[in-house]
Amino acid sequence: MQDASSKGSSVLTKLLYNSTWRGWLFQALVLLAVIAFFVWIIGNTVDNLQRLDKKTGFGFLDQIAGFQILTSPGVSFMGYEAGVSTYLDVFWVGVINTIMVAFIGIIAATILGFMMGIMRLSKNSIISAIATVYVEIFRNVPLLLQILFWYSVMITTLPAKRDQLSVFGDLGGLNKTGLYMPQPIFADGFGYVALAFLVGLVGCWLYSKMATGIQHRTGKRPMGWPVYLLLLIGVPLAVFFLLDRPLSWDIPVFNNEGPILKRGFERETGMVLKPEFLALWIALSVYTASFIAENVRSGILAVAHGQTEASQALGLRAGLIQRLVVIPQAMRVIVPPLTSQYLNLTKNSSLAVAIAYPDIVSVFAGTALNVLGQEIEMIFMMMMVYLILSLSTSLFMNWFNGKIKLVER
Amino acid sequence: MKLKQTILAIAGVALAGSLQAATLDDVKAKGHVQCGVSQGLPGFSNTDDAGNWTGIDVDYCRAMAAAIFGDASKVKFTPLSAKERFTALSSGEIDVLSRNTTWTMTRDTQLGLNFAGVLYYDGQGMMVPRELGVTSAKELDGAAICVNTGTTTELNITDYFKSNGMSFELVAFEKSDEVVKAYDSGRCNVFTTDRSGVAAERLKLTNPNDHMVLPEIISKEPLGPVVRQGDDQWFNIAKWTLNAMINAEEMGVDSGNVADMMKSEDPSMQRLLGTSGDFGKEIGLENNWAANIIGMVGNYKEIYEKNVGPDTPLKLQRGVNALWKSGGILYAPPIR
Repeated sequence: MQDASSKGSSVLTKLLYNSTWRGWLFQALVLLAVIAFFVWIIGNTVDNLQRLDKKTGFGFLDQIAGFQILTSPGVSFMGYEAGVSTYLDVFWVGVINTIMVAFIGIIAATILGFMMGIMRLSKNSIISAIATVYVEIFRNVPLLLQILFWYSVMITTLPAKRDQLSVFGDLGGLNKTGLYMPQPIFADGFGYVALAFLVGLVGCWLYSKMATGIQHRTGKRPMGWPVYLLLLIGVPLAVFFLLDRPLSWDIPVFNNEGPILKRGFERETGMVLKPEFLALWIALSVYTASFIAENVRSGILAVAHGQTEASQALGLRAGLIQRLVVIPQAMRVIVPPLTSQYLNLTKNSSLAVAIAYPDIVSVFAGTALNVLGQEIEMIFMMMMVYLILSLSTSLFMNWFNGKIKLVER
Repeated sequence: MKLKQTILAIAGVALAGSLQAATLDDVKAKGHVQCGVSQGLPGFSNTDDAGNWTGIDVDYCRAMAAAIFGDASKVKFTPLSAKERFTALSSGEIDVLSRNTTWTMTRDTQLGLNFAGVLYYDGQGMMVPRELGVTSAKELDGAAICVNTGTTTELNITDYFKSNGMSFELVAFEKSDEVVKAYDSGRCNVFTTDRSGVAAERLKLTNPNDHMVLPEIISKEPLGPVVRQGDDQWFNIAKWTLNAMINAEEMGVDSGNVADMMKSEDPSMQRLLGTSGDFGKEIGLENNWAANIIGMVGNYKEIYEKNVGPDTPLKLQRGVNALWKSGGILYAPPIR
C-alpha cells in the first residue's frame, strides 16, 4: 500500500518538476481563467442589459437620423441630410471628419515641426530663440486649453457674419462663420489631367533610375530638375489645355443686401472651412509640431559631428552634407517617435467635442448615442475606428521606417 | 473627457452584480440618495455662492430624502452633462435623475428608464439678438443656431426648420456654458433650449437686454425625474413624492401649516399626512413620509415660487404649470 502511494506521488512529483509539463499546465490554467473571465463578463453584461430592458444589437444603423450636422468634410462627402440619412451615415460622417482633421493636422504639424526643429539649431540666436519660445509655450500648455483659445479668438475677434476680412481679394473671405474659398468644379475631362499627372510621376521615377544608371557608368548625372518639372507640371498642363480647360471655380458670393439674416456669404456657394474645423486644426498642428520639433532636433544632434567633418574633408558642399550625410542618419532617430506623435494627434482630435466640430466622438458617441442609448455597441464601433486608424498609421510608418533604416551589408 | 465616464459606466453595467435588486434598501444602507442634476441651470439645479445646490430639480431630490429618511439633507448631488445622464442612471452611479429631462417615448421605452411624472411642463423656445429685427421664428431662414448636444432640442429644431422649409446651420456644443459663450460672441444668431432654460441662460449674457425671446414654442418638453426600470418599489416612491407635493398644494398644506394640519379631521388630509391608514408603509416608508416632504421641503407651489417663479430672476409665470383647478394642467392622482 505504502509502496504504491509513494510511487503515485513520485509520478506526480516528477511531472511537477518537469519544466515543460509545468509550463503547459500554467499556460492552460491562465487560458482557462481568461476564458472564464470573458464568459462571465459578457454573460453578466447581457444579463444586466436584459434586466434593464434595453435594446441591443446593431439594428439602429438603418434608422433615419433626425438631426442636422454642422457643415464639415464628412457632411459634404456623404451628402448627409437630416431626416433622410441613416445612423450609419452619421457614423461615416464622424469617421471622415476625424480622418480629415487628423490627416491635414499631421501634414501641417510635420512641416511646422521640421521647420521649428531646424530653426532651433540655427547659429542665428534670434531664430533659435523664436523656435525655443515656440516649443516651450505650445508643449507646456494643455491641448484642450489651446483648442478653446483658438476657438475663442476666432469667434470673438473675427468680423461678424455680415462682414468679412478679405483674404483672397474678391475670391473669398474670413468671418465668424468660416473661411470662404473658391471651390474647384471638375468637368468631365479632368480625370485625364489627373492621369497625366500620374504618368508624369511614373516618368520621374523612371528618369531618376535612368539618371542613376548613367551616373554609375559615366560618373556624370544628366540634367535633373528641368526634366522633373516638365514631366510633373508640363505634361498635365498640356493635357489640361488640350481638353479645353476642364476645370472651373465656384466663387463664394458675398451678399450685402436684403434681409439681415441673408447677408454675408451665401450658402452653397464656394467652399467653406468652419471656425470649429480651423480652430481644431490649428490647435492640433501647433501643439503636435512642438513635440515634433524636439524629435527633429534630437535626431539631428544624434548624428556625430565627426560625420560632418569627414564630409567636409571629402570636399562636399554644405547643402550636400546635410542632404546626403546628416539628414538620412537623423531620420533614423526621428521617425520612430514621429509615429507616436501622429497617433497622439489622431487620438487628440477627439477633443473636438469641446468646440462643436462634428468628429466621431461628438456626433456619433455624442448626439447619436444620446438619441439611441446603445452605449456598448456604439462605443465599441468608435473604439474600432480609432484602433484601425492607429494601426494603419503605425503600419505605414513602420514601412517608411524600414525604407530609411540603416542598410546593413 | 466625458468618454472616460461613459466607458466607466459601461464597465459598471458589465461588472455590476444584481444592481436592480432593491434601490430603496441600497439607499437606506448607504444613508443618502444619490441624485443626478445638471452642471448648472439657474432655477433648476445650480450651486449658490456658498456652494449649496438650489433649484426645483434639486428640491425634488431633497423631497425624496425627506420621504425616505425624514431628513431632507440626506442627499448627494452628481452634476451630469446632457450626454452622460442616462448612462449614469442605468449604471447605478445615481439613484434618481432629476435634471430637466424631457419625457419622450424613446427614452421611456428603449433606454431601460421610467419617468416618474412631470415636474415642469416646458416647451422649446428661441432667443435672438434684438439687432436682427426678427419678431417671429418663421423669419429665421438661413440662421446659425447654437444648441447643446445630446438633447431633444437638437432634434426639435431640425424638425421645425425642415417643416417650414428654412435652411439653417446647427452648431452643437457639449457643455451648456460653451453654447451660451458661442451665442454671446456672435457665432450663432439663435440660441435655443427649453423656454425655462432660455430665460435662465439669458441672465448669463453680457447684455441680457440686447436679446429677446421669440414668441414661438416649437415643442412639448415635459421635464421630470427618471429612475431605472425594473424596481417598482423605487419607481413608486419617485412617483408619489411628486404626487404628494402637488396634492399638498391642492389641499392647501404647506411647510408653514403642516404641523397644525396633522390634527385635521379631514379624512383625505389624514391619508396624505399619514395620521390614518398605512399608505407610507405600503411603499416601504414611514407613514408620515408626505408630512416630512411638506414640512422639510414644501409643497409644489412653494418650490416653484422659490426657484423659478415671478419673484426670482427667471420670472416664469405658472402658466400651464398651475393646478388643474386654476387653469393649469398640474393634476396628481389622489392618495386613497
